Amino acid sequence: MIFIDTFLIIVMLAAAISASIFKDLMNAVIASCLVSLIASILFYFLQAPDVAMAEAAIGAALITAIFVIAIKRTKRYEE
Amino acid sequence: MSVLNNYVYYGGAFGLIFIGIYIVLVKRNLIKVIIGLSILDTGINLFLISLGYISKGTAPIFSKIDMEIARMVDPVPQALVLTAIVIGVAVLALALTLAIRLYHHYGTLNLRKIKDQRW
Amino acid sequence: MRRIISLVLLVIVALGIALCVINIPFGTPKTKVGNYYIDNGREETGAVNIVTSVVVNYRGFDTLGEVTVLFVAALGVSVILATLKKKVEKKVEPSSLILNTSCRFLFPLILFFGAYIFIHGHLTPGGGFQGGAIIASAFLLTYLGCRGKRISEQKVKITESISGLVFVVIGLIGLAVGGHYFLSNFLPKGILLSLLSAGIIPIIYIAIGFKVGSEIAGIIDKLMEES
Repeated sequence: MIFIDTFLIIVMLAAAISASIFKDLMNAVIASCLVSLIASILFYFLQAPDVAMAEAAIGAALITAIFVIAIKRTKRYEE
Repeated sequence: MSVLNNYVYYGGAFGLIFIGIYIVLVKRNLIKVIIGLSILDTGINLFLISLGYISKGTAPIFSKIDMEIARMVDPVPQALVLTAIVIGVAVLALALTLAIRLYHHYGTLNLRKIKDQRW
Repeated sequence: MRRIISLVLLVIVALGIALCVINIPFGTPKTKVGNYYIDNGREETGAVNIVTSVVVNYRGFDTLGEVTVLFVAALGVSVILATLKKKVEKKVEPSSLILNTSCRFLFPLILFFGAYIFIHGHLTPGGGFQGGAIIASAFLLTYLGCRGKRISEQKVKITESISGLVFVVIGLIGLAVGGHYFLSNFLPKGILLSLLSAGIIPIIYIAIGFKVGSEIAGIIDKLMEES
């Protein structure tokens, strides 16, 4: 699999575009979590293990949790 | 993990940046705008790290005492991006708190309606 | 109408940036400062992880600024959410026995793993910020699994304040003793690749790990109070 990073970048861009299209805000938040996760894998391919660990722990776990808590206290559907 | 010698990483990073700017400019819901800010942040960090990559280099950590230091990746952009990720999470937490407060005051999160109400 | 205008604008800006970025080659060495840090990083700081020595030793003042930004954000969250009117507290049904027991079993294991990552920050990839985020996600697991259990605010405040104070006091001691500049490395360097090496770097990373972990746990606790 020589072209694995091209494939991952295409999946990441598709997830970012679908985060802007979804009307249900929970789906948009999960799409943005997928963007963070694939970015963490790409950081590892670019030989930066410290940054990959930080992005996986902070971007993919804590940011998504804070978004879900904020959506629970306001509306769920974009009107 | 062979990296192609073309600009696919630059294209991916700038694609994320432009999708983030589009969401911030066009969308009406406040939480959607904050999701766009988060995507913009990730795109900029990816661009900074891909600037510091050297072909066929390794990570800047010495696992044995005498390793060959001729081919190591630049460590300075990695230190800057480490700081930028943590500051991104701080800004997003504060922005979401302000969104909760706005919802309690106005009853809606639609930016057109909030701009139309005057006090 | 708004969409079409912004799309046209973005396409024009994208074309301009693409013309500039084509001239930046991918994968060639670009700066000279990185080579100095790689060549002399081991003798001057004693740390084997070069990114750690850049973050704590060569650019330690930027790390102090970042810790301040995180502190101001946590302060802002507490202040803005304190003046909301509180609704009547809803009755929360308790979670089942399996969920409760497994969350309580996993909580000290995740704390242990996070502490391992920030103690070995100068030897392996990792450090204070990553370990602090893992500690905060251990507290998040407790909130989600065993409902109705809250950490006491006093302990969070005391941990956060003492860790921040340790960072600043070590910097000021470096100003008085040692190299006579803020955050100078005044403790002995030690042998490479051993746990007690690299001067003040493990101590500062332990302080940062506790501070970041307790701050983000405090932010989640404030957001999750039932209205």
